[in-house]
Amino acid sequence: MNGLGVARGMLITLWHFVLSYVEDIKNFPRRYRSDAKAVHQPVDTRGVFTVQYPEERLRIFERFRSFPVLIYDSETGQERCTSCGICAKVCPPQCIWIVRSKGPDGRPRPQPAEFNIDISICMSCGFCAEYCPFDAIKMDHRFELSAYEREQAFVYDKKALLVSDKYYAETHPVAAAEEEEARRKKAEAKAAR
Amino acid sequence: MMPSIDKSAIAAKLNEAVPGAVMGEDAAAILINPDRLVEACLFLRDNPELRFDYLSNLTSVDYPDHFEVVYNITSTTFQGDTLTLKTPADKADPEVPSVVPVWLGANFQEREVWDLMGIRFKGHPNLKRILLWEGFYGHPLRKDWKEAYYEEPVKPFSSRWPEGHYQRAEDRARFGDNVNYPPDWDPETFQPVPDNVRLVDYAELREEVTPGLVTQPFIVNMGPQHPSTHGVFRMRLVLDGETVVALEPIMGYMHRNHEKIGERNAYIQNMPYTDRLDYVTSMANNLSYAVAVEKLTGIKPTERAEYIRVIMVELTRVMSHLASFGFLLNDLGAFFTPFLYALEEREFILDLFEMTSGSRMMCNYMRFGGVARDLPPEFLPMARDLVHNRLPRKVDEFDALLTNNEIIKVRCQGVGVLPHETAINYSASGPVLRASGVTYDLRRADPYSIYDRFDFKVISYPEGDTYARYLVRLGEIRQSLRILEQALKQIDDTAPGDILSVKKAWQIKPPKGEVYGRTETPKGELGFYIVSDGSPNPYRYHVRSPSFINLTPLEAMCKGHKVADVVAILGSIDITMGEVDR
Repeated sequence: MNGLGVARGMLITLWHFVLSYVEDIKNFPRRYRSDAKAVHQPVDTRGVFTVQYPEERLRIFERFRSFPVLIYDSETGQERCTSCGICAKVCPPQCIWIVRSKGPDGRPRPQPAEFNIDISICMSCGFCAEYCPFDAIKMDHRFELSAYEREQAFVYDKKALLVSDKYYAETHPVAAAEEEEARRKKAEAKAAR
Repeated sequence: MMPSIDKSAIAAKLNEAVPGAVMGEDAAAILINPDRLVEACLFLRDNPELRFDYLSNLTSVDYPDHFEVVYNITSTTFQGDTLTLKTPADKADPEVPSVVPVWLGANFQEREVWDLMGIRFKGHPNLKRILLWEGFYGHPLRKDWKEAYYEEPVKPFSSRWPEGHYQRAEDRARFGDNVNYPPDWDPETFQPVPDNVRLVDYAELREEVTPGLVTQPFIVNMGPQHPSTHGVFRMRLVLDGETVVALEPIMGYMHRNHEKIGERNAYIQNMPYTDRLDYVTSMANNLSYAVAVEKLTGIKPTERAEYIRVIMVELTRVMSHLASFGFLLNDLGAFFTPFLYALEEREFILDLFEMTSGSRMMCNYMRFGGVARDLPPEFLPMARDLVHNRLPRKVDEFDALLTNNEIIKVRCQGVGVLPHETAINYSASGPVLRASGVTYDLRRADPYSIYDRFDFKVISYPEGDTYARYLVRLGEIRQSLRILEQALKQIDDTAPGDILSVKKAWQIKPPKGEVYGRTETPKGELGFYIVSDGSPNPYRYHVRSPSFINLTPLEAMCKGHKVADVVAILGSIDITMGEVDR
């Protein structure tokens, strides 16, 4: 009970305090510019941990998932979804609503007539993307989605959900290349048969 | 390995000692006659060859023709698997004897069963609702109870596909159609059930300190909005001056009937919901649920998946214990400095989770038979850097910052003492139990996954006070780092990409049966009791949550201490309200 423990703790706190200034000065001009790029904090980061959002942003990992989007082929304009309904079935909070389209003869066509996701209910689990057999539904990276109203703004229809495969390849370069490769192999195997 | 439990031999022994106690056996359990239940439990607890001194889990199942109360008991002396006891209850008027006289840990769990399933426990000291409010109509876990906006008994709902015209739940079932009232309920004359429970006899506590000056105790409601309660949690304290005379935890503010949701879901759909139980340790919750379902289905995960799981869960343990120091020190008044130091380390661990699973907190990463995705290439270098260099240094820094701090010692030593036997009897688990001198860690006591391959020590301290709980957590971080070092080395021997042992399918149909799977999460023993009827949705899904049951001994720990110490004691239990209220 001589106060040495407290004093030692205070020294550690003081060291953290000094480091926060050292690191801040090191990054001085960049940290306060409005065009600052995404920051990545390496494992040996010391001192300042705060990121000056929205001027600075943390790096987004490729697998980061916010909400689902539907992919269409940018060359043909054809959406990949066949309205098989697996995403609607596996969705834990049941927030995906699909109307299957019908041809003039009344038989179902492999295309959704309506596709709605209530993202105010969506729990961003990623099951829809994981279990989709056609790579048609994927998890997006956009997360700044605030709106002034909550009842209609967060029910995304097909138009709001569709993004091109090029956009997807930009946000998810590794996964898109892997899936492209898998599709190519599948097509080759099919052609060989 | 611990000896496995010979159920039939125990049943024979029990029937000999307490004639008429055993009604029979089924595949998983011994059926006990409710009339002899307490005697049978006392025998199992006190018999020197059996010593079932720890009530791990108590729950109930609603079968079409009867209710069943299920007890999972185990021994902290011999360790190993749990023994399941079952006792039936009548459908029309369910009542079974309370086992609180045998295991004090049954207190909150029996109140929960009464609250959600409506089974009364004869002889329970304080049988009232715990998660819902007094006056709630109905018992929501019964199969005939329908919640607001009820759509269909099980998911997937047929309205979503192929004719899934979007409709809000509020429009589908208007308010009024979706709420249950008692048949004679009248809003004009309704009087809420008063909540003025007497915790103590006030007449006894009135005393005349100086002639003519009578003092009397008074009630203070601490919470639900209070910075020290770690969420919306209330403690009703009866105070004599500043000393706690009685304490009652009041919870359920975040109750969402997790178990009913779980029974509606298909098996895999529960995985993201387990993330939301203890939202600090979602990876550990995922593992616990996966272990339970794998036990039920007999699926065995691949070698690489096992290593990935262990790495993720041990990182979670490091992170959760570090954060718990931060919370404890916040509660003691060291406002946010240690907490933010702890969160810095957590940031890197969450980065690892995000790059692998796609989410920082709601990971939803484990699957039955493996994990969702393989590790990205940058994971292992970063994890090794973290485990070998940064985290050990930071743990030492915490050690230097806190352990010998005189203020912390004065505030924590001798505060909230939970003696050895009491801790076991109260079903405390995790660091709370081990700080009371019980060397009981499920990773050793009932090994799951591949924990039998790693070299680590079970940390335990005999004092049982708040300081010992802190020391246990500090020691456990170091042991977790040891496990991580070994796992990060051994994972190189496994085949990359081999992460799922079964075909990827969104629906599984486990065989009929029931299982109690449990793992050691940072907070304590997290167990899942699952009953399968062979359909794609669980018939019964019960969560034994460590935070909830660790609150049972709170009153025993706090009695006689000052209000400021209650805050420290609650901080040292390290509860997460998402898991307490479920």
